[in-house]
Amino acid sequence: MTPVLATRGLDKAFGAVVAAAGIDIDVPAGQRVSLIGSNGAGKTTFVNMVTGYLKPDRGTIALDGENIVGLAPRMIVRRGICRSFQIPQLCVELTAMANMLVACAAAEASGLSSWRAPDDDGRRERAEGLLERFGLQRYGDRPVSELPGGVRKLLDIAMALTRKPRLLLLDEPTSGVSAEEKFPAMDRVMEAVAGEAATMVFVEHDMDIVSAYADRVIAFYAGRVIADGVPAEVLRDADVRRYVTGAAA
Amino acid sequence: MSRTAISVGAVGVIGALLAIGALLPSWLLFLVTMAASHGVVSLGILLIMRGGLVSFGQGLFFAVGGYAVALTVNRWGATDALVLVGLGGAAAGLVGAITGPLLARYSGIFFGMLSLALSMVLYGILVKSTALGGSDGFNIPRPTILGWRLEGASGDYALYALAVVVTGVAAWLCAIYTRSVRGLVTLAIQANPLRVEYLGASVRGIMALNFALAAVLGGVGGALTVLALGHIEPTFAYWTQSGEFVFVAILAGPRSVSAIFAASLVLELVRSFSNLYFPNTWQLALGVFLLAVILFLPGGIGSLGQARIWRRPTKGRDLAALRAGEAAE
Repeated sequence: MTPVLATRGLDKAFGAVVAAAGIDIDVPAGQRVSLIGSNGAGKTTFVNMVTGYLKPDRGTIALDGENIVGLAPRMIVRRGICRSFQIPQLCVELTAMANMLVACAAAEASGLSSWRAPDDDGRRERAEGLLERFGLQRYGDRPVSELPGGVRKLLDIAMALTRKPRLLLLDEPTSGVSAEEKFPAMDRVMEAVAGEAATMVFVEHDMDIVSAYADRVIAFYAGRVIADGVPAEVLRDADVRRYVTGAAA
Repeated sequence: MSRTAISVGAVGVIGALLAIGALLPSWLLFLVTMAASHGVVSLGILLIMRGGLVSFGQGLFFAVGGYAVALTVNRWGATDALVLVGLGGAAAGLVGAITGPLLARYSGIFFGMLSLALSMVLYGILVKSTALGGSDGFNIPRPTILGWRLEGASGDYALYALAVVVTGVAAWLCAIYTRSVRGLVTLAIQANPLRVEYLGASVRGIMALNFALAAVLGGVGGALTVLALGHIEPTFAYWTQSGEFVFVAILAGPRSVSAIFAASLVLELVRSFSNLYFPNTWQLALGVFLLAVILFLPGGIGSLGQARIWRRPTKGRDLAALRAGEAAE
């Protein structure tokens, strides 16, 4: 069966800094994969290459068997890979609902209407449904600039889900979220994602979150994959303990 | 403001201006005609500004529209004002459709300077081209409407009515456009173009279309101006002319379509009276006026009475409606 995402020989360097070296990763449909690694290990570079923000120096990235290297981010999004960001990328002067309406409008195959109002054509209902699924309905009328960090994170993910993506990439979905809110927030994300995108890759630093929510963990170090497997195995790996988690071997 | 309310409001304002026009003295009638003709160009800048860019070269389209009309009148003898206004808009729109995709690749000051450069290239060509009248330009005869030649006081009023109706319809369409899906996404581009791209929409495509629409409005403004003045010259494309359009857009602020025309009228009035009372230093008066606006009304004329709503939407209304709909107010 063709994996949803398949990368082969992915290389990327910024001058002398190697951010990716021969990355071969297959992500089958339905899997929830967590990428772990210390700062500068190459996790976000990998996400940026898959989503078209960076072009790899060498190698291929295939979505459902189709090479997507060189495509503009919007073309990759239209093919089914959506993402959220480490720092939520929102329109801060607009309300949460307006952000969702923009996302819903951009997701429509019929193109952007120059005549129809943003909340026509079932767009508002779809936006309200997603906000409700993330528990954000009470924030709909508030400008994003007034929202707390955790709510912005969830809103960023909700916007990424409007296209019902084949593959959802989340860059540190719990960073900036308080310790007691992390698990409830991830529960929300997992529940919401379950109905929209079966396959998910998320970058994460909190190993408790990784253990609780990932089916599979891929550990990065210096642009290379140093471990790949189920969470319990990978987190016990000696290299992972030395270079990623910092736990005594 | 709902779409119906906008439409009713537009019909009401156009009707009121047509009625008031019959009472205005000829000098003021001409001033309002010029304000409407120039205001429609600034309306195009508003469309671009809502996406976070400012064009310093709308004189390009103003001149293309004007020269297209003037040449058609002089070379081919077409004089119907309605046809000529449409022709001016179409000619400028064509140029905008060609240059828009190129300019949409740039942002910030690069976009502004490139648009300015294009307008100055046209200015240079027009000044050197004797076939187009060189630096002096050339005159055109009074136009007609449905075979009726627009001469004398009734002709002046007809040109005023034409400017009011055309710009009124343009403003109504822009108000609808800014409240549309595309209008909201344009606002989102201003706030975060990266996010819009990662939602699957083409930022360049949207901005190129906005630019082309602004070009059509620039051409319509140029056509109306030439018909009212009866004369065209290369200064239509000169950078100071483009600057005036930006001046009006800033004076009006990005929140209101109707404020554009109020700002355009204010500019014409300040310029006329300054010219009358301080003929050698009228730019000084204009500068002082602009300073006063920046200091005391930083959101522009359009922010009058809207400031509190702008900063904090009332419960039950979302900012999307406010921001997408503000242009109609």
